[in-house]
Amino acid sequence: METIITGKAYVLGDNIDTDQIIPAQYLSFNPSLPEERKFFGMYANSGVPENQAGLPQGKTPFVRPNEFKSDYTIVIGGKNFGCGSSREHAPLALAEAGIKAVIAEFYARIFFRNSINGGYLLPLESTQRLVEKIRTGDELEIDLKAGKVTNKTQKQTYQLQPVGDVLPIIEAGGVFDYAKKAGMLK
Amino acid sequence: MPGMTMTEKILAKHAGRSHVDPGENIWVDVDVLMTHDVCGPGTIGIFYEKFGKNAKVWDPMKVVVIPDHYIFTADEKCHRNVQILRDFVREQGLKYYYDPEFVKNEPGMPNPYKDPTKTNYKGVCHKALPEEGHVRPGEIMLGTDSHTCTAGAFGMFASGVGNTDAAFTLGTGKTWLKVPPTMKFMFHGQIPPYLTAKDLILAVIGEIGVDGATYRSMYFAGDGVSSLTLEDRMTLTNMAIEAGGKNGVCDVDEKTLKYVRARSNVPTWDVVKDDAGAKYIYEHEWDLATMEPMVAKPHSPDNKDTARNCSDVKVDRAYIGSCTGGKITDMIMAASILKGNKVKVRTFVVPGSTEVHADMKKLNLRGVEKGPNEKSIEDILVDAGCLVGPSGCAACLGGPADTFGRLQSTETCISTTNRNFPGRMGSKSAAVYLASPLTVAASALTGHVTDPREFVSEPIETGMAGVM
Repeated sequence: METIITGKAYVLGDNIDTDQIIPAQYLSFNPSLPEERKFFGMYANSGVPENQAGLPQGKTPFVRPNEFKSDYTIVIGGKNFGCGSSREHAPLALAEAGIKAVIAEFYARIFFRNSINGGYLLPLESTQRLVEKIRTGDELEIDLKAGKVTNKTQKQTYQLQPVGDVLPIIEAGGVFDYAKKAGMLK
Repeated sequence: MPGMTMTEKILAKHAGRSHVDPGENIWVDVDVLMTHDVCGPGTIGIFYEKFGKNAKVWDPMKVVVIPDHYIFTADEKCHRNVQILRDFVREQGLKYYYDPEFVKNEPGMPNPYKDPTKTNYKGVCHKALPEEGHVRPGEIMLGTDSHTCTAGAFGMFASGVGNTDAAFTLGTGKTWLKVPPTMKFMFHGQIPPYLTAKDLILAVIGEIGVDGATYRSMYFAGDGVSSLTLEDRMTLTNMAIEAGGKNGVCDVDEKTLKYVRARSNVPTWDVVKDDAGAKYIYEHEWDLATMEPMVAKPHSPDNKDTARNCSDVKVDRAYIGSCTGGKITDMIMAASILKGNKVKVRTFVVPGSTEVHADMKKLNLRGVEKGPNEKSIEDILVDAGCLVGPSGCAACLGGPADTFGRLQSTETCISTTNRNFPGRMGSKSAAVYLASPLTVAASALTGHVTDPREFVSEPIETGMAGVM
């Protein structure tokens, strides 16, 4: 498991639902086929309303047209990130686009679970609201061991919540590897 | 030992424990795993990747596969995805699969079924699961769809999961769960004719917010819930996820047992009740006599208001369908308002299941088999100017561009569905108001958001519709 994650922030608001993260019209791509899976990166966050896309200014595309990868590595969210549909395509789409971690105040449980059990990305929780503090494009560094995120652009450091009892699943890389380690699976 | 809630007792039993407490992480045995055409292909891919190409599911009698999302579309990838389900069902020898047989592997839009009684296709999984006997009190059901919580109306633990979790369960029959604390929502009185369960759940979500039940179980109780039809109780538990709930449950009563006895494909089950000393993390009570027809305004299911307060909102279309608002009792409620009138806006009707569609053709407005010269529910809706499409998830979640009823532009829709997130029904510039089938039908007649009390004064009988 990487313990230092660095890259640009992409800032979203509250109640970002999985229909916004990956709109239903793209769910006909089969994530099990590599040639189709990459399209989830292309359309990640394409359902976010324009004025909410990349706060505070908005109107900042998450992925440039006709590209599969985003310039951003870390998504910042507010409350209830990943609510709505159980589609695992949501954390998968963010990961395909290159996102390694989301930092939100808290998560809708299915998104949180999918992110961890599928080993797509780290759903981290902030100890304070960061949506108005971090700006889209700011350079961040997450130090997991120290439980902190540093905004290198604005020279500010914020505490993260401890990962808690899902840490063994995160460290294993997902629920399958965790179950193997625990002797549940051969 | 302190008392337990229904959810705690079901989870404890499936973990082989006599007692569990909220917050504990436990491994449980799963009774039924459901998947569909949108999440099935990804689940199947992970299953074979992780368990090997010759892997077998843990129990072929406990896996239910229901294509329902993207059926009536010319999108070839969608047809391909149904074929992936078919191949999996054959390889694994699964018994419970409901194929849209009318989908030929040819390019283009498949023909809607001509006679829904002559195909094995069922329509929306959450409606089809109880119809086909997969829902029983006391059991644990997981499904790759967030509205799997619907089945909690039958006194079971049912929750939505992702592809990885589903693949894990396919191979092992198990999953890990954090035991949720329970929130209790009490409804007193009898449901008045102008209200449906949709108004109740919109009031609940409006009260606690779209994150108010995150990591929690929602228990709907009281004589108000007993007074609801079984189908209307499904509307309550269906939208538990819209408050972030892990699951929703209702008590089991004679209505539940009658239905399950007539349908279940397993002979026995456990009726589980909350202990007298069960602990609730939150309690709230409502008196049905003082509640009003509700809407959720754009763009969040917790953006509550009364229908009455929104009467200045002009609507461009109405939509009656989905697992939430496409059941036969929903159709009867809508038809009872639309009867003999003409809709002012384009009104799309999508039966929740092919059984609902068959009943719409067979039953009259009172929910009993129609006489030879009597209008069917479908006749009444069509006479009123509604467009009736084939059963499926359809425009509730937008779907492929050619989906029936999909919002394509800047328009305002009033809908019996469950989510009004930005873009949810297909267009980011559209605005969706969520409401009961009564409110949607009343609004379709006037062209603006309308309190159904303008049209309904007497109780709407639904007879045996959706009961057996």
